[in-house]
Amino acid sequence: MTVKRIEDVLKSGKGFIGFTVAGDPDFNKSVDYIVTLAEAGADVVEIGIAFSDPSADGPTIMQADLRAAQSGSTTEKIFSLVEAVRQRTQVPLAFLTYTNPVYKYGYEAFLTKMQALDVQGIIMPDMPLEEQSEFVTLAEKYDRSFIQLVTLKSGERISDIVKRASGFIYVVSSLGITGARHKITTAASEVIRQIRRYTDIPTAVGFGISQPEQVAQFHDSEAVIVGSAIVKIIEQHPYDAEQPLFDFVKRMKNT
Amino acid sequence: MANNLSIHNKRGYYGQYGGQFIPELLMPAVEAVADAFNHYKNDPQFKAELQDLFDNYANRPSLLYHAKRMSDDLGGAQIYFKREDLNHTGAHKINNVLGQALIAKKMGKTRLIAETGAGQHGVATATAAALFGMDAEIFMGKEDTDRQALNVYRMKLLGAKVHAVETGTQVLKDAVNATFQDWTKRIDDTFYVLGSAVGPYPFPEMVKYFQSVISEEARQQFLDQTGKLPDAVIAAVGGGSNAIGAFAKFIDDPDVTLIGVEAAGKGIHTRETAATIANGSDGIFHGMKSKFLQSNDGQIDAVYSISAGLDYPGIGPEHAYLADSQRAQYVPITDDEAVTAFEYIARTEGIIAAIESTHAVAYAMKLAPTMRPDQQIMVNLSGRGDKDVAAIARYKGVNIDE
Repeated sequence: MTVKRIEDVLKSGKGFIGFTVAGDPDFNKSVDYIVTLAEAGADVVEIGIAFSDPSADGPTIMQADLRAAQSGSTTEKIFSLVEAVRQRTQVPLAFLTYTNPVYKYGYEAFLTKMQALDVQGIIMPDMPLEEQSEFVTLAEKYDRSFIQLVTLKSGERISDIVKRASGFIYVVSSLGITGARHKITTAASEVIRQIRRYTDIPTAVGFGISQPEQVAQFHDSEAVIVGSAIVKIIEQHPYDAEQPLFDFVKRMKNT
Repeated sequence: MANNLSIHNKRGYYGQYGGQFIPELLMPAVEAVADAFNHYKNDPQFKAELQDLFDNYANRPSLLYHAKRMSDDLGGAQIYFKREDLNHTGAHKINNVLGQALIAKKMGKTRLIAETGAGQHGVATATAAALFGMDAEIFMGKEDTDRQALNVYRMKLLGAKVHAVETGTQVLKDAVNATFQDWTKRIDDTFYVLGSAVGPYPFPEMVKYFQSVISEEARQQFLDQTGKLPDAVIAAVGGGSNAIGAFAKFIDDPDVTLIGVEAAGKGIHTRETAATIANGSDGIFHGMKSKFLQSNDGQIDAVYSISAGLDYPGIGPEHAYLADSQRAQYVPITDDEAVTAFEYIARTEGIIAAIESTHAVAYAMKLAPTMRPDQQIMVNLSGRGDKDVAAIARYKGVNIDE
């Protein structure tokens, strides 16, 4: 069975995208947890590459990055981890990483690896429109989706951003940094309406979503992205998170 | 990598270095700052207001002082100090802060946020906020709040709120992370007053623009006092704001040697160093492509220097370019050498200069004896050293009750 394209798995709607940091809390458990997310029904799994200075992330993901770093995670080990994941699931995968680890590895070398490992997409939150042309051109060459982010502040930038969108469009639902929030406004729905004027590529809403009721709030988006809430479960049950992760994703998915 | 012209000419780039590598969430805010900067830098009224603040509030122009005893003692080139330490708030940082805060005010912002290492930039930002009736919140690594406790209290006296940053290595780079994070949470009324010549465009260019007053004055002062330009200009480099200001108006004078002095900490052959040009490699961090101390995997190193202001794993993009193009040289100075120079100019010239600045003095002490007495060196004394007295005493094993 081959891996499906991200667009195709998300276009039917009610999608769920789960995030976990590669190597958190260690290599083997991290493989298990990615597989668990897929088996519980995640349509896409984002694999985070830990960074020394995760400046767009809140304390939950910062701590996960530290745990991964302490377990000895490296870029090469993350590729081995994905190889192990790929032996057990064909779920579409995307890397979520700050630009520097990719730049240091070499853009083209990194994309070559992604292609070989069947990782379809990549999200680089610190590579905005103005700095994308080199990388996006290469991503297109290797048939990898460069996931664009649109925020509540993007405004008139949206039409340019979505032009090169591929996979899905990541709608950042709140200001600030990653982390669970009790209340999320519906301002993202307006952003989704604006995106719809230009493209029918699926949208996925993320940042702060941790509860089923919040999923229901974004029914106008094809998918929701949940990161910190998943990472929190791993933080609370580092070595036996399979069941709580499975139950959590099922609950979110069945909303 | 070959420099192709399109990269070379791209806005916000110096050769291959620079750019705007920040989250989409902040791009509109950063672009608004760029638009405002590009507008006001050509606005006569803005320039007049800033000049008035420089002259009547910040104590500009700063002196160009001929350090005769030191020159005689070293027995080589004539040494001149550009006395940025005599500015209001005690360092060059005020030049940039007044400029940026004035832009913030024109943009209708009411809240200034800033990172600080040694505390000088935080103090300057707190000062400008007090002067303009704005709120200020300063982010400072927990370790730096301990080693620069006096500056923390100064900021509080000026009405600023100081956040001790306890993430990561708890020094300057973590303070920058925290300030960017704060900005993403509260954008509409807030202006990030970046203190060093780092970060996404327009910050490196804007910081250079406001700090260029150092070399603009110095160039004329040299011509007035000595009838010629200096043979060398020496300045300490962390992110590089005082150095780019000291270099700016001499970059097009090929006979003026430009020397940036990096903090080598315990030595460039140890892990406890902050010498980016000496030991770093190309990377993308803090909004810019530049040189960084980092692992092969692109993880940013924990760095070390006795100087909280130079304790930074990167360097401004224009410095990376000046180094690559060999227009400027960058040399390392260790903690020990900087402390020796700290004591030396205190005894020789009666000046207690900041430990950041005495990195530059230390290199002048090496260079001057190799030059002729008819040659001249400018050393940028970027700040005064009151804040460092207690730490230097501790370094020398002397216990004083602050």
